Formats: sequence, C-alpha cells, structure tokens
Amino acid sequence: MDTAAASEVSAAANEISRTSGPGTGGSGGRPVTVGLGAGGLATSDMVLNIGPQHPATHGVLRLRLVVDAERIVSAEPVVGYMHRGAEKLFEVRDYRQIIVLANRHDWLSAFANELGVVLATEEMLGMEVPERAVWIRTLLSEINRILSHLMFLGSYPLELGAITPVFYSFREREELQSVLEEVSGGRIHYMFNRVGGLKEDVPAGWTVRVAQALRAVRHRMPDLENILMGNEILRGRTLGVGVLPRELAAAYGVSGPIARAGGLDLDLRRDEPYLAYGELFAPGGPGRVVTRQEGDCYARLEVLLEQVQVSLDIAETCVDRLRSLGNGPVNVRLPKVLKVPAGHVYRWTENPLGINGYYLVSRGDKVPWRLKLRSASFNNVQVLSEMLPGCLLADMVSIMGSMFFVVGDVDK
Amino acid sequence: MTTELGMPTLGVLQTAAPHPLRLVLNWGRRYSLWVFNFGLACCAIEFIATSMARHDFIRFGVIPFAHGPRQADLMVTSGTVSDKMAPALRRLWEQMAEPKYVISFGACSNSGGPYWDSYCVTKGVDQIIPVDVYVPGCPPRPEALLQAIVKLQEKIADENLRDRYTRRAPGVGALTRGLVHGSPTGTVTVSAPSAASGQAPGSADTPRSSS
Repeated sequence: MDTAAASEVSAAANEISRTSGPGTGGSGGRPVTVGLGAGGLATSDMVLNIGPQHPATHGVLRLRLVVDAERIVSAEPVVGYMHRGAEKLFEVRDYRQIIVLANRHDWLSAFANELGVVLATEEMLGMEVPERAVWIRTLLSEINRILSHLMFLGSYPLELGAITPVFYSFREREELQSVLEEVSGGRIHYMFNRVGGLKEDVPAGWTVRVAQALRAVRHRMPDLENILMGNEILRGRTLGVGVLPRELAAAYGVSGPIARAGGLDLDLRRDEPYLAYGELFAPGGPGRVVTRQEGDCYARLEVLLEQVQVSLDIAETCVDRLRSLGNGPVNVRLPKVLKVPAGHVYRWTENPLGINGYYLVSRGDKVPWRLKLRSASFNNVQVLSEMLPGCLLADMVSIMGSMFFVVGDVDK
Repeated sequence: MTTELGMPTLGVLQTAAPHPLRLVLNWGRRYSLWVFNFGLACCAIEFIATSMARHDFIRFGVIPFAHGPRQADLMVTSGTVSDKMAPALRRLWEQMAEPKYVISFGACSNSGGPYWDSYCVTKGVDQIIPVDVYVPGCPPRPEALLQAIVKLQEKIADENLRDRYTRRAPGVGALTRGLVHGSPTGTVTVSAPSAASGQAPGSADTPRSSS
C-alpha cells in the first residue's frame, strides 16, 4: 500500500477496511486489507528472501525471513545451493585422491580439512608419522588458521560498511599466502598432506622466511585491531547484538570461535590433542583457549582477533622447534595400492571455524565405503533460526557476518 | 493500464557505426567494465584477492562496485555452479544490460572441475550462459584473472557490434526445439530477424533493417 493510501487510512476515525483497487496495486491486484483500530495499525507479516546471491551473505546462503515491519519473526536458512556431493564422491576416490576433494569444502582452511582425512586414514592403518612432519603440519595448520581468521576480520567490517579493514587483512593474507605457496605451490588449496606425512620437506631457508612473515604480521596486526575495535560505528552495531548463549550453542552443536565467544569452553587442540598440540597447550606452552562470556557479535570478533595472536605464538614456537629438530624424514613410504583395513574411525580436528570431523568406514578396499563429513559451518548456521527472530532486519547483516561460516562448509 | 515500452534497441549509431566511432565506443567499453562477482566458491576468494591492493584490477578499469547485475557489464562466475544454483545464475545474467560479458573463472565454472562426476554440479557454466573468456586453474591465480581481463579487453576492442548482435550462436543449453510437439522452435537462430521471438539472448537487439 502506498503512502497516500496509508495516510488516508490513518486519517480515518476508527476501523477502515479497504481493498486496493485494480488500478493502485499495479499488476498484482491482490486485495490488501488494512484494519485500523484502537490497538493501532495492524500489519501483516511479509516473507523476505535473502539470497541466494546477496552481498550480505558472503556466499550463496539463502535465508527465508518472515518480518513484521523491521522486526524478524522467524528465519529459516535454506541450504544446498553450494551442495557438490563431496561425500558421495569420496566413495569413488582412493585415499590419495580424497585429499583433493576434502580440502575444498571449507576453502578458507584447506590445510585443516586435508589433515582430518589423513589423520583418520593413518589411524586406521596404524601408521606412525615422523616427528618433523608432525611439527610442520602443526605450523601450517596454525598459519592456515590465521589466514582464515584474517579473511573474516576483513569481510565482516566490509558487510557492516567499512571498506578499509579488508585491505589491511588482505595485505597480511598475501604475506602468509606467499609463505605457504613457497612450501606447497598453492595459494588456497595446498594439497601438502599425504597419508603418512607430507608431500615433501620444506625448501631450504624456508623457516627464516616464515619467521619473517610471522613477525611482519604480528607487527602490523595492531593496524587492523585499532581500526576495528576502536571504531564507534562497529561497536554500535555489534555490542549486545545477536547474543548466542552457551546453552544454545551447545544444544545446536555450535563450535569454534563463535561458541567460545559465548563461554562454551571447548577447543579440541587442548581437550583432545592431535598433532603436537598436546605439548603446545600444556602448562607453560604458548597455546591457550580464548573465550568470552558475552556471546554477542563484538565478542565473536574479539575472539577471532585474539586467536590470531595465539596462533602467531604457536606458529613461532613451531618454527623454533623445527629449527632444533634438524633434518629427517617427513613421510612414510606407501605401498603402490593403498588399502585400509576394514573398520571405522571418527577423527575430529579443531578447524578455524569449529569442529571438523570425518567418520571413515572402510571395508578393506582402496576406497572408503563411507566417509561422513561433519563440518563446522553447517551447525553454526542452523542456530541462525534461533538467533535472528526478534532482531531488527539491519542487525541480520551484523549477525550473519559474525557467524563466520563458509557456504561450502555448510553445503559440502 | 500498462504502457508498451517495447524492447530497447542499440540504435543505428552503434550497429552501423563507422570505424572511428566504433573505435571510440569500444575503447570506452573496454576500460570501464563494472564487474558483478558471482562469487560461489574457492575462486571467489581469489577474485577478492585480485581486487585487493597487491593485484588491483581497478588499474585495468574493472570496477568492483556494481550494486547488482543490472549495473554491471561483466560477470565473473567464480566457483562451482550447482544444479540448484543454475536457475538463479541464469536469471541474474539475464538481468544484466547489453553489452554484457562473462568470464568463467576456475575449473568448476569451466567444466565442473574436480566435481566432474558429481550428481549435482553443472558441468560448466557455458551450459547456461555464453562465456567470453575461460580461466583455467583450481583456483586460478590472481594473475590469471588479470590476464583474462586483458584478453577480454582485446576482444572488446575488436568487436563489431553488428556482428555481435546478429551472429551470436545459441548457447549449448539453448532450447532448440519446441516445448510442445509440432510447435515452432522456442528459441531462435538470431540470424533470421523475422523468426526472432524475443527469447533468445540478444535477439531483441537485432538491427531492424526493413520494418
């Protein structure tokens, strides 16, 4: 109903029932009944589709919102626009080829994704991975964590309307990506893990390079931090908005920095250590779990920023350790045909976005019988249907941006 | 009451423009490509990296601030197109105003890439929309996108608009037979202006020579 008609309605005394004529409503011509009584203007809810291609969803997540004026009544994430059937494809790839697909569902943390697959396979094979490979893996997964966090530290302000932070964060990303490229040849998909270790040893002089890059990133992180956390607009849009309490996070299986921002103190690196994390998260080690209690968008951003610092600490410790380790093998010689004995195993890892698990069922073949993927973002997105109702439409952007999801990780 | 506005045409100046004028038109077009990033998957990250300070495609005149497809000249499909996504992609492409260009960025967008045997991935975006430049890689490096932009600009520089709008081949996925048995074809070979029913991409822009 247009403004002229609305004012006409409000000018009338008590209750007016009015249908829009065939001329006013344009092509639709659906009668709209507006009642005006002592209780004020009665409105009807509107269904609003956000996505699948929408600049605020950083990806192709679709939301079906029911809004009452500016207030969200209910929200339903409609997933599946990025579904690529990876789990089914795992079943026709052998264990070496699976890594190619496994690192692509969450494209911001490719290294951590490949890691879960090879850890599960190694466990099934009872394979011992050389110490040097373990430390390089730990180092690379922490660098990968920083890369993923930097992406969201840049894109989240971008969705809130601040363009500058993303330039800072991509400057650091390029610095770290070039380091990873020197070791693996890839900027996004590293394909550096192999069953039993790594593809090859790091190039000569690489530890010096990576130490320089980590130092440079640490040195420049305050630029990004100050422009974000000191910003009044960002604080205004995030403080107290989109609170995800601990119980709700636990009920929906939310994990990672989002859950920790609400006080859910769970980090697999400390609680169920894999790689070298047991040593790194031991008392006196550089590792610590970052948590907040507030659970709002601001707290989620804070957790991300602090986790970058922690990951930088861990990565530097790994570099020092690598230097003292000296040369040694980084992989195990594999048979020509890699068959995994029958059985099943579930391995989960703390990915940058949360818990990423693989349930591997083998029937003694060279391909898995089933490889179930538990991805972090899928659970993290489902909780939106609880968080969004009651919020303003404008807050939807800040809430969705602060949920730090990757659509490929949602849809697999 | 609705007003019949008719389909917009490119005008006689642009279709039958003499060479110097065409040069100016193409020159203007190639260096002000407002880009619409159809960011789908991993490749979108590399697209963003290309728009950032280190690679910076704005220096080639590619402007990543289009608010939507209607304001854009160039669409970059970066990532895997799933069968569920394909109708939305086609629809957004149709919303773009002519002249429009498409860069298919990355292996998934070109051919399905590593998901070539998936049950739900479209094996190449060119099954839905016509593509001007393909960029191989998984994902391609930012430099590859820069090269693709340069290639596209070369293509635009050589473009004769009459050729562009009269001889566009129907896409691979174009409907070439009628939906109902015995009816005339749904889409159209655009070279015969009289048969144009308005469904084929660009068919409305065919020069109206006689009528």
